[in-house]
Amino acid sequence: MHEFDWSSIPNALPFLWDGMLISLEITLSAVVFGIVWGTLLALMRLSSITPLSWFAAGYVNLFRAVPLVMVLLWFFLIVPHLLESLFGLPRGTDMRLTSAIAGFALFEAAYYSEIIRAGIQSVPKGQMAAASALGMTYGQAMRLVVLPQAFRNMVPLLLTQGIILFQDTSLVYVSALADFFGAAYKVGDRDGRLVELLLFAGAVYFVLCFAASRVVRHYQNKMKTA
Amino acid sequence: MAYNWNWGVFLQPTATGDDSTYLDWMFHGLQMTIGLSLSAWLIALLLGAVVGVLRTVPNRWLSGVATAYVEFFRNIPLLVQLFLWYFVMPELLPENLGNAFKQTNPIVQQFLSSMICLALFTSARVAEQVRSGINSLPPGQKNAGLALGFTLSQTYRHVMLPMAVRLIVPPLTSEFLNIFKNSAVCSTIGLLELAAQGRQLVDYTAQPYESFIAVTVAYLLLNVVVMSGMRWVEAHVRVPGYIGGK
Repeated sequence: MHEFDWSSIPNALPFLWDGMLISLEITLSAVVFGIVWGTLLALMRLSSITPLSWFAAGYVNLFRAVPLVMVLLWFFLIVPHLLESLFGLPRGTDMRLTSAIAGFALFEAAYYSEIIRAGIQSVPKGQMAAASALGMTYGQAMRLVVLPQAFRNMVPLLLTQGIILFQDTSLVYVSALADFFGAAYKVGDRDGRLVELLLFAGAVYFVLCFAASRVVRHYQNKMKTA
Repeated sequence: MAYNWNWGVFLQPTATGDDSTYLDWMFHGLQMTIGLSLSAWLIALLLGAVVGVLRTVPNRWLSGVATAYVEFFRNIPLLVQLFLWYFVMPELLPENLGNAFKQTNPIVQQFLSSMICLALFTSARVAEQVRSGINSLPPGQKNAGLALGFTLSQTYRHVMLPMAVRLIVPPLTSEFLNIFKNSAVCSTIGLLELAAQGRQLVDYTAQPYESFIAVTVAYLLLNVVVMSGMRWVEAHVRVPGYIGGK
């Protein structure tokens, strides 16, 4: 049986905290960009302009059919080279954090856009009709009438997707970027205490995600009764 | 941009000396992805069905255990779970069992850890679908079963489950697709499935674009095949009177 020795964790806490900040930075930026780009994709998908809706459908289906690991590998191994040769950047510029954020944002936007599309479609048609009857343009009606109601209903789903995204950020491990999990792995590997560090990382993820999903559920129940 | 496209690279013999081509590598990766996903899926279905049913039974202890199971596997990232199975589990097992595991062929170690990890991770999600399927049945069905003198387990077996199983096929389709995509995570512990072969192809052929495009297309094709297969299943189990079972 393994003999536990947790002593390398206290000293590593500042390093792990820096990793956690990177995880959170990736999560937050990807959520924000993902929702903005996802909203645009949803609007394109629902628009009556055929090329736009085809583009959005193709984009969403493509990203939903490919594993996230594959998308991240594209963004770590291929895209930086492409950018280097396109813009003449110096070779070996460290773009891993930017690549990670871009990869996650583009990937998650596909999932967000499906949530947002369902949200828009759940708003009764009469709302759009009433807005048009009041003389609003399509854009005004979307912006002022439909989207605010749609987003209110979608908040729990969007947050849940955010929690999933936070868990998925651990996959930046494939680029050796020191996010929280990467940091924990590095410390464990260095000190020969991989078992303890991995258990610790698992526990931290569990506590954070469990608490966050509880908060979402609480909000959801409050919304139901309101 | 000066890049020499060379799609013929897949037909060249590999640099390892034997007479396999790079296309063979991709094919091996694809086989591994499919074998891993299907075996994990079978376990996930069985476990998920049991846990999902337990979540709905009127017994606090049983449903509490099932809820804890689901929460545990849903709130830890897949990658962390995989590393726990691969690096931590053999250390926590009784010494002779752990050593026996460590002495087996590394490919077997990687495959077993990946399979158990994917199976349990997916089973928690299957359990949620089973639970919501059972809860979506009108309560009258259960009451009618009990009123006819069935025991609770008979009611589950003959009344509720046959109906629930058919209702949850569409949501299970997306979990089935997910298990193929999630299997790519197993490349991180060195299992040579499709994504890992893709990385290896980049290293060996120095043709990154072709390699990655080929692997991505392979995933797309896999997705299409699985989806059309599940469409067929969905069409055959659809419950008349329910709209697509959704």
